[in-house]
Amino acid sequence: MQGAIPPEKIATSIANHQSKTNIGAHSIFLGQIRADEIDGKTVSAIEYTAYEEMAETVFHEIREAAFSKFDMTCCHIYHSLGPVKTGEICLFVFTSSAHRKVAIEACNFLVEEIKARVPIFGKEIFEDETHQWKVNS
Amino acid sequence: MKVQVKYFGMIAEAVGKPEEELELDPGTSVSELKMNQVKSYGIKDPDSVQIAVNQHLNQEIELKEGDEVAFLPPFAGG
Repeated sequence: MQGAIPPEKIATSIANHQSKTNIGAHSIFLGQIRADEIDGKTVSAIEYTAYEEMAETVFHEIREAAFSKFDMTCCHIYHSLGPVKTGEICLFVFTSSAHRKVAIEACNFLVEEIKARVPIFGKEIFEDETHQWKVNS
Repeated sequence: MKVQVKYFGMIAEAVGKPEEELELDPGTSVSELKMNQVKSYGIKDPDSVQIAVNQHLNQEIELKEGDEVAFLPPFAGG
């Protein structure tokens, strides 16, 4: 989705699952933009771009892999495109299951797979408007 | 033969454009195209660059007419 993920979207997503009473546990991961200091300059935002067609395909593969590996009830993934300021949310992964262990493990699996496999690129923009390219550690 | 080449992130910045159509000799391999583009555009740290052909990563194949080749810098999602 374009820009930061609003906190209200997370609340709404939780509310939308309250009618699904076979769910006993949700696990949520939120990625937030950190104001890293690099060589005396502070990050003010990250601008995300992606190879969008491939990213969609890989997100789909990762979801399918998670559903075949874990007994999840449902699973939602949102990642920002475009600029996201420090303190704002850029990744929202939401897994639901009958029991907590499955929800938590599935959520971890999805986050690690997203970081490793989805062609998303991040430009770290500093307060002085210079930039550098982010690399996942 | 013609292939569509897409560049992303720091590579698009180094190349100065997001994509271009290239006329290649038949039988050109993925690694030959990579070496060629790394040299002509001065793309840094080529070992960190992954190539996707028609959205599939790191295939050591000969390119075909109409292929979409993407030059991908390290991923930074999340």
